Amino acid sequence: MKKTIAIIVLSILSIASFSAVLSSSGWGERDDEERYERNDESGNHEHEFFRGPRLGSRADVAPVENETYRSECGGCHFAYQPGLLPGHAWERIMDSLREHYGDDASLDEKQVAEIGSYLRTNAAEHASHSRSRAFATGSNIGVALPRITETRYFQREHSEIPDRLVRGKTDVGSFGNCQVCHRNADAGVYNEHQVVIPGFGRWDD
Amino acid sequence: MTSKVTYGIAGLLVSGMAYGSVTDLIRGYQNAGAGPFSAISGRAAWVQAHRHSTGMDARSCASCHGTDLSQPGRHLKTGKPIEPMALSVNPRRLTDPKKVEKWFRRNCRWTFGRECTPQEKGDFVRFIVSQ
Repeated sequence: MKKTIAIIVLSILSIASFSAVLSSSGWGERDDEERYERNDESGNHEHEFFRGPRLGSRADVAPVENETYRSECGGCHFAYQPGLLPGHAWERIMDSLREHYGDDASLDEKQVAEIGSYLRTNAAEHASHSRSRAFATGSNIGVALPRITETRYFQREHSEIPDRLVRGKTDVGSFGNCQVCHRNADAGVYNEHQVVIPGFGRWDD
Repeated sequence: MTSKVTYGIAGLLVSGMAYGSVTDLIRGYQNAGAGPFSAISGRAAWVQAHRHSTGMDARSCASCHGTDLSQPGRHLKTGKPIEPMALSVNPRRLTDPKKVEKWFRRNCRWTFGRECTPQEKGDFVRFIVSQ
């Protein structure tokens, strides 16, 4: 009897500690200060008069909340938030996982359905964050797969960053590795006050 | 003190899980007609480079996972860190058969241009377990 209790207690303890080790706490923030932001439709954010007390910690894009998406799609690259592309772009990506930018990213049907639905529901055109909605237009609709880095808004926001700081054999590697310079990208925070470019330093406009 | 004990127990449980699931993996490949398996063959296949028609640099398992499996790897294109493959360093490896098959499917296709045979998979498993 004592043995049984001991085994049960041990199992519970180990499961508890195991899940404590495995769980990660993301922190997204509701965009309740958005009403103060002066944004035109294209997402120009240069005239923010009311930033609120927590400077630089407000999310620009809703953080990833689907664990299947995070583990399946964040395994090889940064888990790009769904609000960074319009729904039709996500659809094209989900339809071509075997040829995913040169890699094979195929998933089973159930995962494709779940992730596809998550992405479409939370795509840029549905976002409550205005900077996220800025990604809904100006997406390249061509033969090649869509890229966040080729959207109009992205290119405008990064037009002053020299290629030599980002591309090639740098610590960054490509403009697609958001989290390297945008230190809080995983929380959906992309403002320029939290940008640190390796080998260069802060980039405050 | 209690946390050390519970982490220790958790670690033992996970290692136990790894041992159990490795046996299952190997048995699965044997049932497909493969075996015996060898870590030496696994290592040889791990570092063998394959060219591709796209003209990219030749790739091998080591291109992303490295030759020293106790070290973290790095995704060739995105630079994303990959946890070490070695079971001795990372006891969670090989504990989820679905995950194992998913990555074999994706990575063999990307590296060799085809699926790996059960023989090759068994050799790779033996190699990873030996590190």
